[in-house]
Amino acid sequence: MSTIITSAPALAPASKEPGQGGGVDYLNHETSIASWLLTLDHKRIGILYLVAMSAMFVLGGFYAGLIRAELITPKGDLMSSDFYNKSFTAHGVIMVFFVLIPLVPASLGNFMLPLMIGAKDVAFPRLNLISWYVYMIGAGFTLVALIGGGVDTGWTFYTPLSTTYLNSNVLLTATGLFILGFSSILTGLNFIVTIHRMRCPGMDWFRMPLFVWALYATSVIQLLGTPVIAITLALVGVERLLGVGIFDPRLGGDPILYQHLFWFYSHPAVYIMILPPLGVTNELISTFSRKPIFGYSMMAGASLAIAIFSFIVWAHHMFTSGLSPYAAMFFSLLTFSVAIPSGIKVFTWLATLFRGSISFDSPMLYAYGFIGLFTIGGMTGLFLSTLGTDIHFHDTYFVVAHFHYVMVGGAIVGFMGGLHFIWPKMFGRMYPEFLARMSAILIFVGFNLTFFPQFLVGYLGMPRRYHEYPNEFQVLNVFSTAGATVLGVGYLLPLLYLPWSVFFGEKAGRNPWGATTLDWTHTESPPTPHNFEETPVVTGEPYKYDTLFNKESALAGH
Amino acid sequence: MQVTEKKHAQEAHDDHGHGHELAHHFVSVEQQHDAGNLGMWMFLTTEVLFFGGLFAAYTIYRYKFEKVFEQASNILDPMLGAINTIVLIFSSVTMAFAVRSAQQGKSKAIVAWLGATIVFGALFLGIKYGEWKHDAHLHVFPTSDFNWTWAREKHAEGEHGHGHDSHGPELKGFVFNSPVVPANYIESDSRNPEAKQAKLFFFLYFSMTSLHALHMIIGFGVMAVIMVYAWYGYYTPHYYVPVESVGLYWHFVDLVWIFLFPLLYLLGAHLGAGH
Amino acid sequence: MWDFPIWPESASTVAPSVEALYLFIVALNIGMTALVFGLLVLFSVLYYRRADDQVPPQYHGSMLLEIGWTAIPTVICLIVFAWGVKVYAELVVPPADSMDVYIVGRQWMWKAQYPGGQREINALHAVLGKPVKLTITSEDVLHSFSIPAFRVKSDAVPGRYTTLWFQPTQAGVYHIFCTEYCGTEHSRMIGKITVMEEGDYQKWLSEKAELGDALQGRKLFAKLQCVTCHAGESQARAPSLEEIHMKRIPLSFDKGSPVAPGATVLADENYLRESIRYPSAKIAAGYQYPSIMPAYDESLVSEDEMFQLIAYIKSLKKGQTPTRNEHTTTPTALGAPAGRP
Repeated sequence: MSTIITSAPALAPASKEPGQGGGVDYLNHETSIASWLLTLDHKRIGILYLVAMSAMFVLGGFYAGLIRAELITPKGDLMSSDFYNKSFTAHGVIMVFFVLIPLVPASLGNFMLPLMIGAKDVAFPRLNLISWYVYMIGAGFTLVALIGGGVDTGWTFYTPLSTTYLNSNVLLTATGLFILGFSSILTGLNFIVTIHRMRCPGMDWFRMPLFVWALYATSVIQLLGTPVIAITLALVGVERLLGVGIFDPRLGGDPILYQHLFWFYSHPAVYIMILPPLGVTNELISTFSRKPIFGYSMMAGASLAIAIFSFIVWAHHMFTSGLSPYAAMFFSLLTFSVAIPSGIKVFTWLATLFRGSISFDSPMLYAYGFIGLFTIGGMTGLFLSTLGTDIHFHDTYFVVAHFHYVMVGGAIVGFMGGLHFIWPKMFGRMYPEFLARMSAILIFVGFNLTFFPQFLVGYLGMPRRYHEYPNEFQVLNVFSTAGATVLGVGYLLPLLYLPWSVFFGEKAGRNPWGATTLDWTHTESPPTPHNFEETPVVTGEPYKYDTLFNKESALAGH
Repeated sequence: MQVTEKKHAQEAHDDHGHGHELAHHFVSVEQQHDAGNLGMWMFLTTEVLFFGGLFAAYTIYRYKFEKVFEQASNILDPMLGAINTIVLIFSSVTMAFAVRSAQQGKSKAIVAWLGATIVFGALFLGIKYGEWKHDAHLHVFPTSDFNWTWAREKHAEGEHGHGHDSHGPELKGFVFNSPVVPANYIESDSRNPEAKQAKLFFFLYFSMTSLHALHMIIGFGVMAVIMVYAWYGYYTPHYYVPVESVGLYWHFVDLVWIFLFPLLYLLGAHLGAGH
Repeated sequence: MWDFPIWPESASTVAPSVEALYLFIVALNIGMTALVFGLLVLFSVLYYRRADDQVPPQYHGSMLLEIGWTAIPTVICLIVFAWGVKVYAELVVPPADSMDVYIVGRQWMWKAQYPGGQREINALHAVLGKPVKLTITSEDVLHSFSIPAFRVKSDAVPGRYTTLWFQPTQAGVYHIFCTEYCGTEHSRMIGKITVMEEGDYQKWLSEKAELGDALQGRKLFAKLQCVTCHAGESQARAPSLEEIHMKRIPLSFDKGSPVAPGATVLADENYLRESIRYPSAKIAAGYQYPSIMPAYDESLVSEDEMFQLIAYIKSLKKGQTPTRNEHTTTPTALGAPAGRP
């Protein structure tokens, strides 16, 4: 541990403030249940989201376990095909809509954004709380639908299967997701206005921490994409109710139109999931190597470029659907455009590490895991954006492996890194470092064991969403299930030691990692209710470590 | 990060006396005003894309089933649509005056102009209700009750002077007590694929106009609340973000109608192409 | 006891092309992954934190490097894209001498129809070395027809035709999968394709012989009274269908017709199908809009029958249109409702 910094925060404001640990903070100034449920404090709302999403993650993980257990044997001997279909639908719907999309922005983003830009709160605190309630209402509807009878459309709700041919709870699920969409829209709106209007004096655009840039790019996608999926799901619901054929060819409609509308949102949604973890990784890499991010403006630009490109590549999900060959070529070419900024990010991190001062605290281990898995996830995307190979891989387990590398290896591992990084700020306590490192390693190993075999079985041609499969795919599936148990243990550890540390962890100083952004240098751990006693005025870049051990300022701060 | 400190706590609250004018997390009234304004614009951007999905579906099917969409559009009365357009433009004008009054700090005038806006809005919805009632008699609600054969026949009768009251009042149907369609009409619809296409048009017509109407009703609610606050002098020239925001919202709702009107009512057939 | 393959069989002419591209991208993947993991490990070893107060030099960027790692991946991506398009072109353009087989997907089976009228369910037979073109549609929901050993796949979309072709290079039995989730028994919508020698194939065909598709189509053509208007004469009420397949047809831009002046359409299977289902969609030049032909939906012409009609139209040579039967009535009465003017 970096003891020097813990005891003497180098950039601490000169004023005398309440000592660490003894003063009033946002956790202890009010403690009733009502004070949590009616709070307008962005930090508490972030924690509300964290709790809700953890519960959803456990539920989604439970369904994943069921799926992996069923796939140990080629025959469907554990459950009926109907129940299997409902399980993977539940897994997909919960993980995509209720965990991955809001994961980093709503929890870590809510907590960190105002702290990072020197604001007392987000622009619309009441709207922020409403977003959480909207999330909970949407979750309620969807859970009632999923658990009370289930829905077996797959998380993509492809028509006309979902509109005309299934008798499960499609309508209720669509209602839940429709409501949930507004939570996402309101959070995005709130963040955009916060970033535009709430920055403290001197915090110009190119002095913002890169996590803020990532949140900005994400919010733009949330704002522009989510209404389209909302209206599309509403159309699916109405089509079921009234028997009007917007998407059913028997009634004059077009099922391909649904796919266009669906992927117009759902492809950018992938970047809603991955951009914030990409952003949070910048903070980790910079802090734990004590180097400014190499090529800051390129990195910020890459986030925006990904957000913009994400809206023009959606039809690469439809190469086999009878899309005209020219449209297919066009969308294939555009899809490669997303690869470039993603590559820039990885190279930038490597260049940042070069000649750094690298420490291997658990958040950094997660960041390493993130870079590795995101690289594999991104590179295997090449197989799917290339027309000649995508035809073979489309809708096989190769696609499943690819997007799990990006969404779990990328988004979830990045989130875990960010969470371990921010934890001491959130609760003012350290978690058991050894267990945290163990969990980071277990997740990395378990993840690869689970999903790498799926690349191979996908190349063999095993289709997605198969309850039963031919015998020759069994060995790889058994490997995958074995890996999933390791992965499960990796996730279980933090679920145990993190809550434990809130009460029994060692006290953390205001800046245990030696980070240089406002959230660490200018707020207590945990922060006071209004974050900053005095509005900070920023005069320099966000990542600057050469003054960190400047003896004079260190003394002045004490 | 290099940082210096600045005392701010006083200056923010000194200039303006009213406690409600500045929420605690803003540094200045200007910041709060800009934030509210930008938030509203962002919300309207979202709304554009929300309607955008429906417009996209409409465009595609209009291209695909152009003939039937024209015939279906003929069922609608462009005169009523035009009157409604004018009514909504008037309501936008009164809304603009309400915002102007807020900037000048004339509380009672805000109430009056918002009231006028609501009256025009209600007139619009009243005309719309009349249209829907007529549509119900023609059986063009896109439910199982939809009947294209009936709609075309009754519409043709109406145009040739028989009037809308001529069809049998003795039979009760699905909505608005509309007459029940005879079995041979249902039979003929089932063998005519164009009926499905027409049903798509009316589905889009009712989705878009009812989503628009829903937005107006939400607008009424917000305006009513603002009228109460304004009556008690809550808004000042320093603080009128809510009035300005509802103004932006209302202009947006009008703008959506300006697009809906030609798309739905003036589909070419009325302009002289004929059947 | 267990098979443990990691490489699918490669049994069609396009499979080696797909594989070559696959291996190229695999090499790129290994290269990039090795670079990233290698540098991570190397930097960790070289630059681990040696003292708590160590401060490294503070670089902010290098224009040259940044341009480099933007430009080089861009070039590599363009190469992969171009190669992908080349392979894709092989995948989508069938040879002219392909044998037609029609595939209809439904929950949860694949139905195949051969030109000779033979039918199969969840099975397909093909001749070693002879190209086959599948025309695929669905009766209900989306499906996707996939033969991994041939590296081909195409969705079955209700309401339209998609195509797929292959030329087997190796005798044997291979999997057919449905790869688009289609409901409860999705994973049982599988079948086998058997690739056999020409002689065996002819024997198999003759065992399953039935009335050919085109002949069945000719019967339908008569039964549906198509010939009343499509009489094959210049003064007939509808265009002649003789040798119409794959011709470019000038379209009518009659008042109200949804086509631009001067537009033409290629009379492929999709156009023939569309003209039967929605006659007014694209009308040939010289005929009035809207069409006088009734629309034939699924209740009048099923997807199976549609294939037969199209097979017949494709086979129709000059002067072969059957003569008009005087005792038939015009089909316009069929779709017209009782009370319609």
